[in-house]
Amino acid sequence: MNWLDTILQGVLLGGLYALFAAGLSLVFGIMRLVNLAHGDLIVLAAFLILVLVTALGLNPFVAAVIAMPLMFAIGWALQYFLLNRTLGKDILPPLLVTFGLSIVIQNGLLESFSADSRRVFAGSLESASVNLGPVTAGIMPLMTFFSAVAVIVCLNQLIYRTSVGRAFRATSDDPVTAGLMGIRPQRIFAMATGLAMVVVTIAALYLGTRANFDPTSGPARLIYAFEAVIIGGLGSLWGTLAGGIILGVAQTVGAAINPEWQILAGHLAFLAVLLFKPRGLFPRAVD
Amino acid sequence: MTMAIPSFTVETRTKASPLTAIAVIALLLLAFAAPFIVSRGVIQDLFFILTMLVLAQNWNLLAGYAGLISIGQQAFVGFGAYTMFGAVILFGVDPVLAILIAGLFSVALAIPTAFFTFRLYGPYFAIGTWVVAEVVRLLLAQWKTLGGGTGTSLPRDATRDMMGVGMMRDLFGMKASQAGDALTYWLALILVVLTIGFIYRLLRSKQGLGLAAVRDNEQAARAVGVDARRMKTFVYLATAFMTGVAGALIYVQKARISPDAAFSVTDWTAYVIFIVVIGGIGTIEGPILGVIIFFLLQNLLADYGSWYLLMLGLLGIVIMLFAPRGLWGLFSDRTGIQLFPVRRVLKGGPLNLTHKGGPHG
Repeated sequence: MNWLDTILQGVLLGGLYALFAAGLSLVFGIMRLVNLAHGDLIVLAAFLILVLVTALGLNPFVAAVIAMPLMFAIGWALQYFLLNRTLGKDILPPLLVTFGLSIVIQNGLLESFSADSRRVFAGSLESASVNLGPVTAGIMPLMTFFSAVAVIVCLNQLIYRTSVGRAFRATSDDPVTAGLMGIRPQRIFAMATGLAMVVVTIAALYLGTRANFDPTSGPARLIYAFEAVIIGGLGSLWGTLAGGIILGVAQTVGAAINPEWQILAGHLAFLAVLLFKPRGLFPRAVD
Repeated sequence: MTMAIPSFTVETRTKASPLTAIAVIALLLLAFAAPFIVSRGVIQDLFFILTMLVLAQNWNLLAGYAGLISIGQQAFVGFGAYTMFGAVILFGVDPVLAILIAGLFSVALAIPTAFFTFRLYGPYFAIGTWVVAEVVRLLLAQWKTLGGGTGTSLPRDATRDMMGVGMMRDLFGMKASQAGDALTYWLALILVVLTIGFIYRLLRSKQGLGLAAVRDNEQAARAVGVDARRMKTFVYLATAFMTGVAGALIYVQKARISPDAAFSVTDWTAYVIFIVVIGGIGTIEGPILGVIIFFLLQNLLADYGSWYLLMLGLLGIVIMLFAPRGLWGLFSDRTGIQLFPVRRVLKGGPLNLTHKGGPHG
């Protein structure tokens, strides 16, 4: 067994988990909302890409680009018309509404697409690989990882360098005062969720092309995303990437020892971090 | 502590409560006699309703009173069920006794679980409990003696020779399977009475008042000396016990277990959450109303498969948005009726106070 290879695969898998987690992290950072339907929205986006690919015969990457504005609109509307109503001091309504939403999306997808496992075919890219000295890496995993890095760089640029980002940060700090300065928190929240759905679409592209998915795959994606966020520490997108990598490496190492231990090893790594560093490895937010 | 004006009294009793007590006793007598009156199919349906009610009351206590929103209660259902299976298959323990052991083991699981999950803030606590449930499921799926990932069945003679079944056969002339169903039904009924009784007493006690205070404003409650963490831990462990017992009881009746079924988030948590939300979170009556509606909907829409769950999800969302205290909350607000009054009302004194305080407090 080649440990270097196992760890490299783990790091690249971590990129996928960071993509799952970035949207969750963004939404939580701005409005303290944990969207329990996040995983199901990833699966929804994967089905959307699948439909575009099969119905229109598009390349998956083109399909994802078309799916992005659609998912942005879905996210915007979801936040503006539904989730904004649940925000407040009480954490119960947003949790229960997004939990209900998760069940609605799962069963809606089950009715529309049946319980069969699906996959988005990406042609010859799927099996292509490059030699990196002693190890070989697949092109798709590499693209996943670098997409995650690119997404995090873009989000950080957006949050810290643009006026929209300033509005995000201001609303996150104090929505009332931000409101006095002419920002409408409701719209900022809707924009943030829309943006998170664009990231979700990118995550869905790689989810769909590298593995099978079915309507009930959502909750597991939510759990991985959540673990990456907590391992990395709240409030830091680079921390989330690190969290994804730790989770990915734990899973591939676990799988190398015993294939049945893959998922379990990831969970145990998460619990270990919670035990020794309850606030995550790179905490940034105060709350 | 002495009151400055002695004419004030704090009451929880309402006009409806003495009547309720009589009705409850009559209903209970009827319920205990049910196995002699109705068919086996009805008893099995009632068993399902009762066990779901226990799970719902427990989740309601956690989320509605202690502010601990868990979506990982299936950890205790599954762990309780597996403990019962382990005790029966490996050690030949009587299933009825194994149910109690399952409760104790669930508490033992809840201690480390609380240690981990209590480190997570509000919404993240919810997902944290789910992760723990997944860990327990994956670990038990490795346990080959109990069937690993595919699961196993209870030995036939274990349920046939269960404590009390022989006696019921002799006394009432029941067949073994019929006696088994009646026995699990009675146990479920006892469990419901004990669970509701426990929650009712807890909420009327000083601790219950502290719990409501913590939920409504943790800082203020701590400032007047309520130990929030201790209360939450106590509630978490108590619900783990009752949930574990319910899980074991459900699987004595099912007699067949697999990790995916025993740790199903849909069956043991999603349904339970919808029961509580639809009925009315933060009341004892809510889950009772919720479980009846849930059962009716399930029978009505059973043929529609996933449409049923989809509709349940939508109903849950609509209720959370427009009637956050559920159907019982709507009813109670209009009529002022409370069957299990836990709300404290200040009476007497010079001020004629008609204000009834917060929703539950």
